[in-house]
Amino acid sequence: MDFISILSIFVLACFVGYFVVWGVTPALHTPLMAVTNAISSVIIVGALIAAAAAGAAGAKWLGLLAVVLASVNIFGGFAVTARMLAMYKKKERR
Amino acid sequence: MHEGAAVPAWALIAYLVAGVCFILALRGLSSPESAQRGNRFGIAGMAIAVLTTLVTHVPELVSPCPQPPGGWRICGPRESFHLDALVLVEILIAIAIGAAIGLVTARRIAMTAMPQLVAAFHSLVGLAAVLVAAAAYLNPEAFGIAVRITPIYGPSIVNILPVSRVEMGLGAAIGAITFSGSVIAFLKLNGNMSGKPILLPARHVINLATLALILGLIGWFTQDQAPWVFFTICGLSFLIGFLLIVPIGGADMPVVVSMLNSYSGWAAAAMGFTLHNTAMIVTGALVGSSGAILSYIMCRAMNRSFISVIAGGFGGDAVAAGGGAAIDRPWKRGSAEDAAFLMSQAEQVIIVPGYGMAVAQAQHALREMGDLLKKEGVTVKYAIHPVAGRMPGHMNVLLAEANVPYDEVFELEDINSEFARTDVAFVIGANDVTNPAAKTDKSSPIYGMPVLDVEKAKTVLFVKRSMGGVGYAGVDNELFYRDNTMMLLADAKKMVEEIVKALG
Repeated sequence: MDFISILSIFVLACFVGYFVVWGVTPALHTPLMAVTNAISSVIIVGALIAAAAAGAAGAKWLGLLAVVLASVNIFGGFAVTARMLAMYKKKERR
Repeated sequence: MHEGAAVPAWALIAYLVAGVCFILALRGLSSPESAQRGNRFGIAGMAIAVLTTLVTHVPELVSPCPQPPGGWRICGPRESFHLDALVLVEILIAIAIGAAIGLVTARRIAMTAMPQLVAAFHSLVGLAAVLVAAAAYLNPEAFGIAVRITPIYGPSIVNILPVSRVEMGLGAAIGAITFSGSVIAFLKLNGNMSGKPILLPARHVINLATLALILGLIGWFTQDQAPWVFFTICGLSFLIGFLLIVPIGGADMPVVVSMLNSYSGWAAAAMGFTLHNTAMIVTGALVGSSGAILSYIMCRAMNRSFISVIAGGFGGDAVAAGGGAAIDRPWKRGSAEDAAFLMSQAEQVIIVPGYGMAVAQAQHALREMGDLLKKEGVTVKYAIHPVAGRMPGHMNVLLAEANVPYDEVFELEDINSEFARTDVAFVIGANDVTNPAAKTDKSSPIYGMPVLDVEKAKTVLFVKRSMGGVGYAGVDNELFYRDNTMMLLADAKKMVEEIVKALG
């Protein structure tokens, strides 16, 4: 992919983000932060590439450490989001 | 051109699917009913991204770069897609360690501590971004961002592509700012560090100079890929993250947390550019705009410009403003029994929670009080100001934790007109967000901030620890001295428990 295609994806994704986030109900802003936190750990992709690559021991260890950090975030972020969302209940209609 | 193309087509599509899953994850949050499904989309997207990377990048053996005729050869990710057991085990152990820490933390954390948890998580994303950038710098060929030049004599030289150097430099810089900024935010939110702003002399000059230096070095980095350039960029960015957050006071933390959320997204996006990875770019853009929008909402709710929040210094020493000497003015004190009587006789009660409720952990007692009132036939509603608490939506989560149905909880603009038709407004742990001075007193530092019109209710019950303290803005509250206000001076939780006793 050349730089322009990547930039196009990025710019369009910013617009998608803009509209999707304005659609989030304010009551769920804390779960929103927790889940965006979890998904921004997709940076683990870069960490995995570094950890899997041979050739530079330093890069490999940095990669593995980044895998640990990103995993804390991924598992912790999604779990805490799920925990919060499970608490939101509607009024019981009797 | 670049060797990102060596990633097989199915993998590119898989990353795109992951990106779409992340969009759907945020989309789900438009209502509490669809939110849990959204979260599962997020998990699915992450699983797809991780598995795709593992399958395409864990090698069987180190395969040499293809050597075209001539002195040049271009190295990219290996094209063998068999898994090397040892590498895989190492990675799985790393993931398992992270998963264990993450899951235990997520299960144990108290809902009141959510702001500091989110700050801590942001710092991890930031640090991970720096580490990935450093790894990419040390082993650029593995990331397919380098050209290896093999002269006839002497060792071969690995040149990182100039575009990638900029992306990598930006990723590392934003990541480092996110890391150190979030650490400071965590320490302030967690109470390890005073919430008061710490003001260095000439801090604006220092900050701007440091930022300029970082940008200059990133420019320099395109010409010279020496280690000192890269690591100085990282070091200075850690420093600026620290300098930026230290002068910001506790009450501005909702903006700071949102802003750092945004940064963690931009860091991921910058690394996505480096790796030509759609999932990372889409996610980075989503998270970046999410944090930016939240910061904007928070700033608007405080009627402050983003620049003035970033400049810091707000919420320090109490500024005596509006209303003259506070102590001399008459005010009414009520008891738990008075409050219980007033509320049980009311037709509608609106509860206005604030950070003080979170500190006192009064949400469960509050819900019990609401339940008892409902039994008496009183309509109970909750009014939430956007900046109540220490992060966006903080109060909503606490009320949800206490089993308050979310359709009894209203945002400022949806409920403000109702106070005039309400018998009792019950303010607990909130202060500045109810101050009528924001509407009338032009000299007040909070003038112009949208506030809840609690004073329009027939009676205001104001739960507060003592008359001495003022809100975070350091402003005295007009509301305390009004004829229709009754002060309930006690710890928020104790007071509510006593009211529950009196009602029961």
